This record gives sequence, structure tokens and C-alpha cells, in this order.
Amino acid sequence: MASMRDIKRRKSSVQSTQQITKAMKLVSTVKLQRAKGRAEKSKTYFNCMYETVVSMLSKAGDINHPYLKANNSPKKAVIVITGSRGLAGGYNSNIIKLVRSNEWNKDDLIIYPVGSKGRDTFARLGYEMGEDYSAAIEEPIYADAMKISNQVLDDFATGKVGEIYVVYTGFKNTVTHIPTRLKLLPIKIEDERSDDDKAVLDFEPETEDAIDLIIPKYITSLIYGAMIESVASENAARMQAMDNATNNADEIISSLSLLYNRARQSAITQELTEIIAGAQAIS
Amino acid sequence: MAEKFKLTIVTPDREFFNEEADMVEFNTTEGEIGVYAGHAPLTVIVKPGILAITQGDTVRNAALHAGFVQILPREVTILAEIIEWPGEIDEARANAAKQRAEGRLAERGGSVDVARAEAALMRSIARINAVKMK
Repeated sequence: MASMRDIKRRKSSVQSTQQITKAMKLVSTVKLQRAKGRAEKSKTYFNCMYETVVSMLSKAGDINHPYLKANNSPKKAVIVITGSRGLAGGYNSNIIKLVRSNEWNKDDLIIYPVGSKGRDTFARLGYEMGEDYSAAIEEPIYADAMKISNQVLDDFATGKVGEIYVVYTGFKNTVTHIPTRLKLLPIKIEDERSDDDKAVLDFEPETEDAIDLIIPKYITSLIYGAMIESVASENAARMQAMDNATNNADEIISSLSLLYNRARQSAITQELTEIIAGAQAIS
Repeated sequence: MAEKFKLTIVTPDREFFNEEADMVEFNTTEGEIGVYAGHAPLTVIVKPGILAITQGDTVRNAALHAGFVQILPREVTILAEIIEWPGEIDEARANAAKQRAEGRLAERGGSVDVARAEAALMRSIARINAVKMK
């Protein structure tokens, strides 16, 4: 049996770890609330954006715009949104797993990392890396999303990449987050959608120019939405992970307390036995 | 001016405005436009400028910088990437930005991104005007 001192030391170390995990849980709870609020506030914008783009594309069905068809480049640009910190359960590794899944060939991908965890992992695995936007994930603002979308759209226009994806963690609710792969370009036109209620929607300037101007905004808003959802998911994942860690620490502490008390008792018993034996030997 | 329409202005971060209005005016890529209720369905792209909302006798201004507008007979939705009430604008910063942009345009060197500088200039002018009209 371990000595009393060892047990005591171990217990206090677990206790201080528990304090840290508890504090981290509180911090991520607060951050989660904020991120959730932001995600909700931006919902209207995305819904309106989505409706407009869908109605625009359903009208412009026969238009042969570069944004609507793949160019010949076999390369795929993948915007990978992860966190910059660990200790969030499977949050980062789920994203990485999704990117590394068999559907994608490693040599075809160019990774545009948002979040240093993803950046470091893919750089180490030898993926081709594009521009790094890791700083953006700390506090996602719309301007960051604009920078990213301009970059990938440039690469799409110059033929460096033929398809654009974003891989992020969708936030469903506090306990469910879904690693998601979303294709940004080329946009698929959904034929089954009919917008009878909208009647005829005209564009000024002409539809083709309008696509030129609106699609980048649409892409930007999707990237922004993905970033915001990822931040919410990250904090929710960390909150859960830290909650589990705190509970586990509680368990360890109680079993260590039991061990400690047992060791203490046996030490007392042994001491008593020794004293009695000594006293008997003298008399 | 009996008829009103619903004007919704949303940005990625917040719902900026959501009320009934008589008329709304703003800049588009094709020129200035004023919209009353009953307008033909139209989608236009915004150019930096002043957005004026008329409600009865009052007119409210805001600086609208980028986005697009979906116009329907009873409803106008402005998807704004950047929009500010005059009270939210830092005038000194807008002035500085204007000077910077003008300086860049004056140079017209090979490294200057003219389109970007022009856009920056238009934004700063829109901001300054919005503050003045307050």
C-alpha cells in the first residue's frame, strides 16, 4: 500500500487539477452563451441571403456562369475550421478525421486553415497548405470571412482550384455538434425548388453581373456562419469535456480519500501494536 | 403616401432595422433609387452611400456601404454587409480614411489597388455625409 504521504500528495494534485477544469468549464459556459447569441442574431441574414440566392439561381438556370460549373483543376480548396486550443474533447480531431476520410485524395487538397490546431496537424501530415487565417477564429468578424472568401474565389478564378469546400462543426444544440463538409463552389442548382410566391424577380444590373456580385457575398456569409457555429461548438465541446473532467476528479478524490483513511488507520493500529508489544516486553 | 411597406435591414451581426416605412432611398450600382410601396420586384446591388428612410414626416439616415437589396411590392429587405447609424460613426476616423484613400488615388502607382482605394474613398465620404446630415 502506498504511504500516507504519497496518497496525500496525489490527492492534492488531483484537487488542483479539478479547480482548473472547473474554472475552464465556467469560462467556456460564458463564451458559449455569447457565441450562441451571435449565431442566433446572424440567422436572419443567412436565411434572407439563402432565399435570394436560391431564387436567383432558379431563375438563372440556363446561365453559364463560371461560378456555377467546375473548372478543370483537380485541386480542391478546403477551408478547415478548428479551434486554436485543445482540451475540447473530440472537437478538433473530428474535423481532422473528416478531412482525412477516404473520399478525398490527400494530393488533391489545398488546406486553408482557420484555427491553429488544424493548421499544425495538416502541416505535419504534409498536406499542401494555402493561406493561414488562424487568427480569425479567436473572435470571428465579418471582415475576416470576407478576406478568406476573396482569397479562395481568386484561386477559383485563376484556376488554381476547381472546387471549394468548407469543413466546420455545425452547432445543433449544446450537446450535439456535427462535423460538416459543405461545398461552396461550384453551386448546385436545386431544380425542385419553385418560387411561385416571389413571382418574377428582376435584377439590376443584369442577372449575370448580379451573380458576379452576389455569389461572393453568399460565400462570405456561409464562411462567416461556419466560423460562428464552430466557435459555439468549440465552447460547448470544451464545456462538456471539462464537466466530465471535473466529475472524474471528484471520483478519484473520493477513492483516494478512502485509501488515505485506510492507510492512516492501519498506521495507527500498527503503532499501537508496537507500543503494546514493547510494554509487554519490559514488564 | 398612404401605403407603407415593411422595411427590414439585416447585417451578419444584428437586425439593424425592422419597421414600416413610406420610402427608402439609397445608392445602387445603376444609380440612386427611391422605393415606395408597390414597387416591381427587383434585386439591386448597393453602392456606398446614404440610406434615407422616410416614415411620415421624419427622415432617418444611415451610412450603407455594401450589400444588396431585395425589393418586393410590400416588402423591402436590405442585406447589408456594413451599415451604420450616424451616431455609430467615428468622424475623425472617416476623415483620416478619406485622406488616406485620396492620397493613394493621387499616387496611382503600379502597386496601388485603384478599385480598393476608390471603394475606401466612397465609404469614407458616405460616413462623413451621414454624420453631417444628422
